[in-house]
Amino acid sequence: MAEAEFTAAAFNRFLKEGKLMAARCRGCDSLALPPRSLCPNCHGSDMEWTPLKGTGRLAAFSCIAVGSTRMVQEGYDRTNLYCSAVVDLDEGVRVSAQLLGVEANRPETIRVGTPLKADYLDQDEEGKEAALAFRPQG
Amino acid sequence: MLSGKRRLGRGIAVVGAGMSRFGAFKDKASRDLFVDAFVDMQKSVDKGLDITDIQSIFVGNFSSDLFEGQGHLAPMMAEWVGLNPCPATRVEDACASGGVALRQGVLAIASGLYDVVLVGGVEKMTNLPTERVTDALAAASDVLYEASAGFTFPGLYAAMATAYMDKYGLGTEPFMHVAIKNHKNGGLNPKAQFNTSLKDLLEARKVRARDRGQPVPEWKTEMDFLNDPAANPLVAWPMRLFDCSPITDGAACLLLVAEEIAGNFTDRPLRLIGSGQGSDSSLLTRPDITTIGSARVAARQAYEMAGVASSDIKIAEVHDCFTIAELIATEDLGFFAPGEGAKAALEGRTARDGERPINTSGGLKSKGHPVGASGVGQVVEIWHQMRGEAGDRQLRDRDINLALAHNVGGTGNTCVVHIFERR
Ligand SMILES: [Zn+2]
Repeated sequence: MAEAEFTAAAFNRFLKEGKLMAARCRGCDSLALPPRSLCPNCHGSDMEWTPLKGTGRLAAFSCIAVGSTRMVQEGYDRTNLYCSAVVDLDEGVRVSAQLLGVEANRPETIRVGTPLKADYLDQDEEGKEAALAFRPQG
Repeated sequence: MLSGKRRLGRGIAVVGAGMSRFGAFKDKASRDLFVDAFVDMQKSVDKGLDITDIQSIFVGNFSSDLFEGQGHLAPMMAEWVGLNPCPATRVEDACASGGVALRQGVLAIASGLYDVVLVGGVEKMTNLPTERVTDALAAASDVLYEASAGFTFPGLYAAMATAYMDKYGLGTEPFMHVAIKNHKNGGLNPKAQFNTSLKDLLEARKVRARDRGQPVPEWKTEMDFLNDPAANPLVAWPMRLFDCSPITDGAACLLLVAEEIAGNFTDRPLRLIGSGQGSDSSLLTRPDITTIGSARVAARQAYEMAGVASSDIKIAEVHDCFTIAELIATEDLGFFAPGEGAKAALEGRTARDGERPINTSGGLKSKGHPVGASGVGQVVEIWHQMRGEAGDRQLRDRDINLALAHNVGGTGNTCVVHIFERR
């Protein structure tokens, strides 16, 4: 079966199916996330899509009071903060996503290193792009 | 990648430097700011500048397209200072646009093609409301994979700050010390957007509250002020308002010439002896976000070219778009070991009277951050300090024979470093 192209559009279509996918190099076994068609390690071009478990740890975060226009439209503001995170996935690559299930208005309660699992937002909503989020495990 | 010691094809000298005031100027467009900077630069040339001597112009600008709806800026800047038809080139590397424009000017002279080059930087940011400026700045991050997670530009630096705090077991105090220091320095700089120390600012606010019959805040120190969420609201945890550089209009200009003709312009030139530039991936794919790889690369190239060590540098203007960025910069440049930048800030070692003064101009934090102009503006401060012309903020207790400018684009996707010598 032909591989889907290694684009953000394809990455987002996989999210819509509830799958977190990375590109894997058949030459050197490196993972690339964000996915791409040239291996960032060996520069080879023999890549394939591979599923990730969607588990990892919080590497860095920010609870944002002055949000982007898109997040403001979703109802976030200076009194209702949202948390954006960089996540260290168990497979050794990183991804950024919104962090849910934490007290974004009390950022000092959020700990780097917290185990997280992926959640897929807007998966069932027709016409809307899926969004990746993470939540604390357990 | 460059490796080993590299030299420029010709020696380069800075023989003029000037800037507009930095701030919010409702009536001024980019071209007006640029003219202000150009005129200030022209006045600084000791033996005078005949503008027909200028052979090429490089202009750093991040996004006049988004901020003003005006593209194709370089020939227009050339027109407004009377330089058409000389070649005019815009350089864009986000907040490092100015520093990279300087490097392009250096390379253009070193190539032998030109002898006299104008390097400028300009950004007009205050036309837009804050939300739209936030969106425009987010365009300097990875819009597909970072901005999509809700990250704003301050949010990305804030994420670096949480990683830094976690790695070294720190609170937010070191960031506040950077803000206090840079505002103190900016208070001595008449061209700074915030030309006031935080101490003076908080006292003025108390007076204002008293005059208006409002409750007078109980701040005794700058730390009281910075710890008060009413005075210093959160922007993106752990970065608060006074951790962030402001939204600024401004421009700066430098006159670069081949070293052998510097004497036609001044008997006191600065020699540009080191130049380095590096790039890095977007923040989220870096294994360690408590350091900026492109800065380490750029610094190594610049030190090797100049034949000096970090310990030789007397003062530095570093890219403090956020307070965390200054701490990381002082480590990436080799002034302090990883994690020690915070301690150095707490101990006052980067203050005006410290062992390694950082951002005597007030930095982007207090002087202002018109993004495309900032890298050029840093060199204007170095020009004044090295020539003993920095007025109230002149450092008088040391011989400033070597200075460094460090200019970062995005979250470190670009970094450019320059080293200057005065004999
Ligand atoms: Zn590979």
